[in-house]
Parts: sequence; structure tokens; C-alpha cells
Amino acid sequence: MTQQRIEACFARCKAEGRAAFIAYVMAGDPDLKTALEIIKGLPGAGADIIEVGMPFSDPMAEGPPIQRAAQRSLKAGTKTSDVLETVRAFRAGDAVTPIILMGYLNPVLSRGYARFAAEAAEAGADGLIIVDAPPEDSEDLDAALKTEALSRIWLAAPTTDDERLKTLVKGATGFLYYVSVAGVTGVKEADADAVRPAVERLRAASGLPVAVGFGIKTPERAAAVAKVADGVVVGSVLVEQIAQALEANQSPVPKVLATAQALAQAVRDSRRS
Amino acid sequence: MTAQSIPNDYSAYPDAQGRFGQFGGRYVAETLMPLILELDRAYAAAKADPSFQAELNGYLTHYVGRPSPLYFAERLTEKFGGAKIYFKREELNHTGAHKINNCMGQILLARRMGKTRIIAETGAGQHGVASATVCARFGLPCFVYMGAVDVERQKPNVFRMNLLGTEVRPVTSGAATLKDAMNEALRDWVTNVADTYYMIGTAAGPHPYPAMVRDFQSVIGSETRAQVLEAEGRLPDAVIACVGGGSNAIGMFHPFLNDEKVRLIGVEASGHGLDKEHAASITGGRPGVLHGNKTYLLQDDDGQILDAHSISAGLDYPGIGPEHSWLHDVGRAEYRTCTDQEALAAFQLTAEVEGIIPALESAHAIAKVGELAREIGKGGVIALCLSGRGDKDVGTVAAALGRKISEV
Repeated sequence: MTQQRIEACFARCKAEGRAAFIAYVMAGDPDLKTALEIIKGLPGAGADIIEVGMPFSDPMAEGPPIQRAAQRSLKAGTKTSDVLETVRAFRAGDAVTPIILMGYLNPVLSRGYARFAAEAAEAGADGLIIVDAPPEDSEDLDAALKTEALSRIWLAAPTTDDERLKTLVKGATGFLYYVSVAGVTGVKEADADAVRPAVERLRAASGLPVAVGFGIKTPERAAAVAKVADGVVVGSVLVEQIAQALEANQSPVPKVLATAQALAQAVRDSRRS
Repeated sequence: MTAQSIPNDYSAYPDAQGRFGQFGGRYVAETLMPLILELDRAYAAAKADPSFQAELNGYLTHYVGRPSPLYFAERLTEKFGGAKIYFKREELNHTGAHKINNCMGQILLARRMGKTRIIAETGAGQHGVASATVCARFGLPCFVYMGAVDVERQKPNVFRMNLLGTEVRPVTSGAATLKDAMNEALRDWVTNVADTYYMIGTAAGPHPYPAMVRDFQSVIGSETRAQVLEAEGRLPDAVIACVGGGSNAIGMFHPFLNDEKVRLIGVEASGHGLDKEHAASITGGRPGVLHGNKTYLLQDDDGQILDAHSISAGLDYPGIGPEHSWLHDVGRAEYRTCTDQEALAAFQLTAEVEGIIPALESAHAIAKVGELAREIGKGGVIALCLSGRGDKDVGTVAAALGRKISEV
């Protein structure tokens, strides 16, 4: 049933004439309990979809904020089983909001693709983003996800040409994730004017909704991107709130949720042009 | 033996997807995929172009100083009392190690591709120095990522790189060693896709790097094969080399892969011991995916990568090139281990009886050549890749021996 949850979400947003707001936080950051509290609060703050980061020791596509989030999470002892438990605990209280797990291949490979897919589906996840596994090296993983009706969400980048796009969209389900800048997460800023033709190209090639992420830091930028994309992904700014709260000896939960709320509001107010 | 089938032609790998059996591949972020594919095409074209090979050979002869000698280590042979031991003298290359073979090939390729900015990662600094050297020679700006811990313990090499005009960027993320330097180099590449060429220093990473670096390093084994044939009138019984990422070893092994009677022996660094901190990915790890390839890795039960340890910064890496993983699984090569202490003893022994100060990396191979020489016995022949010279290591060795020397 899981692919339906994603489809239903984008259909709902489309009916409301707006883009989806997709919030990324890392499971276990800064600890399992606090992270779960944040994740549980995100739909109320306006998140339509939640990406739950799975910590990895060597996150080579991430900028400093998400690198540090992974280090905090691993230092707190987060295991893959804890990530899945977080999803299960969230799903027990929310049957609607799609959950996408996002991370790197090795922890998933280490658990075994079939086992991971079965456990993720059972916990209530809807899809998976793996940063470092292109379609050419994903056959076994994708077969396992398909068995469990989990979506594999593919990333497309500014460097992705039309020829390569054909390979990418072949097995795509759910939505496409456009990496709006050549770079790591949370460093460069996305340019909405440059994003527009890319989103149109991806939409035409895949027939799927296109979410945009990797360079959206402010409500203004989120609003601008929401005018041209089907979804707006924000991650680094949210996990930075956790870092700042810890530094100031404050609770991270209200800080993250307030930031998410401002971004979600900007996306909701930004009518599609 | 594993379920992987045994090939008829070992040298025919990787396949078109860059796989050696289940190992290798292209596990990179989508932003890098088009660049990796472009590199694959560019390298295939260069490899097939006689003018590229001629240009490379010219620099290898006149700038690097090839061919390197094959030297009969007579006193070491006597000491061990077994097979004859030959050293392939890669430490006599320009910059003092085998690393320059690969850098010369890659800088010519980068120029051919019109790239104007070079990045590299380095552990001990040998690949960083070799990268800085070829960039100086061809006038390209070079940025070397190096773990902050390694910057601290390899100061002379950092200064060498600076003298050669390279900017060394200390990496503080993670454990601040080689694997983190590689993460940071990949982050640079993904950010500077248009003009930047990533010069990987070992036979690992996404395809085509493992195959390309191996090809550029195969000059070691090709020369050795011809030189042993000339000296002994036959092939060696075994070749032996140290393995971190494994570029000197795969360069030594590859031309012998189809000579099935020649044993191929790689020596991994077991650091403080296999039950403690070490860097022996094949012996003490299991298959996983890191830095663009599937290979044996040091990792915990949850698939998080562990920090490696070796006294030799050049072997201090939790992975190994994918072709080694495959050669291990199909049984074509054997992998043994050597501790920090054994390497230190071999370092001193080689200095004392042969008048050669080997790199600590190469000392790992020397530490295991004695038992191999006795196994093979008198009348046998072994070729050992002496991959680098040990001048860079005198500070580390002095500290390990409790001696103090002033900093360079």
C-alpha cells in the first residue's frame, strides 16, 4: 500500500494548488527519543512528507550540517534497527504522512536487501533514497524493494543529461528528487529560475512529481522553488537548528518545529504559477 | 573457494560495468555519474591511442626514470636461507615511490580531457607529493585533501607539496585520516564538476579508477616479468607486495595473472594485531560499499565503516581495491598479514643488511618474504615490490624506537 501514500500526498497538494513540503531530519539526532519527538511534530508543523535520514559514518554527498547530524546520531548509538523502530513508532500515530528513508548503501547492504525491505515496509516506510547506488548497480536492491511495494526515489542532478535520464526514470516510482545544485547538501543556494526548466524536463521524462532539494535554506527560497516544483525538500537548515539548540543548552524540538513551520507556511502560501 | 566461477582469463576483468565478479562497480551519487562515464570513455580512447602511450612512455623514461632496476638482494636471501629474493626498485623512481607511475598517466589524461584543476587525496603524502609533482610539471593548480591527523604526522610531505605549489587542505571530519580525505575530495569533485579532475591514488574508487590505476601501475609487473626472465631464464615462483588500497600490488600482480604457476602474495597491515586495531580489510573485514566500489571493508555489524590502524600511514585505510577482493575470492592471490612490530623489524633489517631504507609500507612485504623464501626453498625465485623509500618514515620509526630526532 506504501506507494499509494506518496501518490495520495502529491495528489492532495496538487488539488490544493501547491507544492509539497518535505522535511528531512536524521533518526537518532541528537538521540532516539528527541528525534522521534521532532518527527512526530513535523506533520503538525506543515510537513507533507518526512525524509528520515539513516546515519552513515562516511556521508560523502553531505555538507557539514548533515555530516555533523550523522556523527551526533552515531555517537548516540543509533543502529539501523533503531531507525526502523523510529519509523514504526511514528507510523503508529500517523497513517497518512509518507516516510522516505534516506541514506547510503552500506548499512542497507549489511543488513541484507530483502530483510531491510521487509522490515522497512513492515515498520511503515514508503520509500527509500540511496545516495550512492545508481540504477546500474541497484538491480538486487530494487528487486527487494519492489517485492515490498516500496518506492525507490531517484536523484537527478544538473549533470544528468537526457540520455542518462532515460536510465534513471525507467524504474522510477513515487517522485523524482532533483538535486538543484552540483554540490553537497546545505552549501550552495538553489536558483529557482535555473530549476524551472530542469523540473519540466524531469516531469516530462518520468510522468512523476518532481521535488527539489540540496540548496534551500530560507522561506523566501522555499517559496520561489515551490512556484516551479511539485515538492520542496529542506534538511540542512533543520538539523542545524538541533546543533544550535544543543550549543545553547536548549531543547531542539521547538526550534526545529518552528523553523519547519515557517518553511511549510512559505511553501503553502506560494501559489503555483 | 567461493561460489564465484574461476575465469579462464584473469586479465580480462573488469566487465563493462566495472565489475570484478561481485566487486567494483560505480557506487557514486548521481551528480558524479555522468563524470565517471565521461572519464570511462576518455580513458578507453586514450588507452587505444598509440600517441597517448608514446607520450606516457616518454615521460616514464625521462622524467620518472624507468625502467626501475631489478636487484638481487643477496644478503637478505642469505639471511633467510631460502629462495632467491629480488627487489623491484620502485623507490628509485622520481619522488621515491611507485605513485608517480599512476599520476603521470592521469595527468596526461586530464590534459587530454581539457580539465584545468586537479584534486587528490593522500594518506602518508606520497600520492599527494606525486600529484603535486606532475601538476607542477604541467602547470595545473592542485589541491590535496589530507586528514588533519596525517598532516600532523607527515609534516615533511606537507611542506614538499607546498614547495611544489600545491595547496594542502586538512580534513577534520570523521577520524581525520585517509578515508575522510577521500570523502572530502569526492565532495570537492561533486561541487566543481565542470573543470576538475579527481586524481585517485590507489586502485580503488568507482570504475574506471581501479582498472585505470592498475593499468598505469602494471608497468611494475611487466618490467619485473621481463627482468626476472632475463636474470633467471624463467618466471619467478612468487611475487609479493604490500597492500593498502593495493596499487603497487595490483601493478606487480597483473602481468602475472595468467601465469598460473606464479604465486601472487599480498601483505595487509595487521597493525596492533588482528584482534585489535588493524588495516587488514580482506583478512579482517567483509564485503561492503564505500568510496564508489564494492570491496572488502572494515565495518561493524551495522555496516558503519571502522577506522583502520597501521604504523604506515599509506596502509591506514579500511578498504582495498576491488580487484584484490576478487583475486582473493577466486583464489588466484593469497593475502597474509604483518603487524606494526614485524614491519619495524623488517625496516631496520633491510637498512642494515642491504643498505636500503624501505618505506614502512614496503617493509610489510619484506617482513613476510622470509617465511615465503623458506616455504619455496633454495632454487626458487621471488620478486618483491619495494614500492617506496623510507626517508619519509624516519620520524615515525625513531618515535617507535624511543629515539628523538629534530623535525625536518
